[in-house]
Amino acid sequence: MNTESLPAIFIDAAIVNNFVLSMFLGICPFLGVSAKKETAVRMGLAVIFVMLVSSMCAYGINIVLELAGAPYLRLICYIAVIASAVQLVEMVIKKFSPALFRALGIFLPLITTNCAILGLALFQTQNEYNFVQCLVYALGAGAGFTIALTVMAGMREKLELADVPDIAQGAAITLILAGILSLAFMGFAGLGG
Amino acid sequence: MSTQENTPRTLDVFLRGLWEENPVFVMLLGMCPVLAVTNKVINCFAMGVSATFVLVMSSLIVSLLRNYIPKQVRIASYIVIIATFVTIVDYAIQAISLDLYDSLGAFIQLIVVNCIILGRAEAFASRNTPPKAVLDAIGMGIGFTFALLCLGVVREALGNGTLLMDTPWEISLFGPRFAPWSVMILPPGGFFVLGLQILFFNWLRKKLQRRKTAAEQA
Repeated sequence: MNTESLPAIFIDAAIVNNFVLSMFLGICPFLGVSAKKETAVRMGLAVIFVMLVSSMCAYGINIVLELAGAPYLRLICYIAVIASAVQLVEMVIKKFSPALFRALGIFLPLITTNCAILGLALFQTQNEYNFVQCLVYALGAGAGFTIALTVMAGMREKLELADVPDIAQGAAITLILAGILSLAFMGFAGLGG
Repeated sequence: MSTQENTPRTLDVFLRGLWEENPVFVMLLGMCPVLAVTNKVINCFAMGVSATFVLVMSSLIVSLLRNYIPKQVRIASYIVIIATFVTIVDYAIQAISLDLYDSLGAFIQLIVVNCIILGRAEAFASRNTPPKAVLDAIGMGIGFTFALLCLGVVREALGNGTLLMDTPWEISLFGPRFAPWSVMILPPGGFFVLGLQILFFNWLRKKLQRRKTAAEQA
């Protein structure tokens, strides 16, 4: 059992060990969707949501697999159950809240097979968090992802006005920018224990 | 992507993954492990070999089963196939070297969601015969390993002053008085080195292109 306090878990997941900038999880959406601030925020919300759902699923699956004595099936079960759970939730949202669906809509299926989601499930198992700790961890990781994405989008909007050399356009300049941002986040190391 | 009517020559299938469609530098796929594990050369090597193994085996199986998997559930089936091989690799590495397993962390298991593997299964292996699919997978795997090593060599050399650290063949590059740039083995170094290398490859590609057009005009 892990006895870390809840605020410590939250700060650790959101800032100190930021999923994108220091653990390199979810780089693809980070590079792909960070061109505009508005989409970045929506994507962030969708990620928080999927993380909460998948964290709960992973917690349940882990208990079942421990009882069945089959930990080698963990990876396959996680990915299959999380993907179908998100699909199910997507259908429910579409039925009951079209407005929310429009806001999160296209991103939901995309992020299901994102390494940040599976990474979260694996780390929470590794750290042996209890149910509440898992939820706080998922919330923190999602918040950290949103922060990184929004800050990056703000920087890229400014970058559009700058005169970037031809060969550096696109991925190259974005990665170097991400490096500087990651350097800034290194300053938080050691915060929150 | 290539279809049955217009299949590329066998050797081209293999070489394409190395240069023209290099998964990392050109298609920008599978970036997470590329940035995360490249702080040591040995990690890059282990990651490259595991990803190549998973890629080859899953391409083979997907290609063999391509006429049996119904179209509606194909992605789910591919993921289950891939996850099976990743579990095998995960346990194998744990058995071979626990140190290596600890330093790669969750990234071995995260090969499941690596877009390169699912991408090749969907775009190539599901439409081609097994030998061709395997060849394509080997090409892509080597291209991926090559990209990992490109980053790993630079990061380890600058960040630690060594090559092949933590192995019996460790080489010290700059002598004992070298002050390591520790930022290179920390997360920001990964972003910087990858950014600069993509820049370099873009420049190289543009230069080759220009030379080609000049030669055609002359």
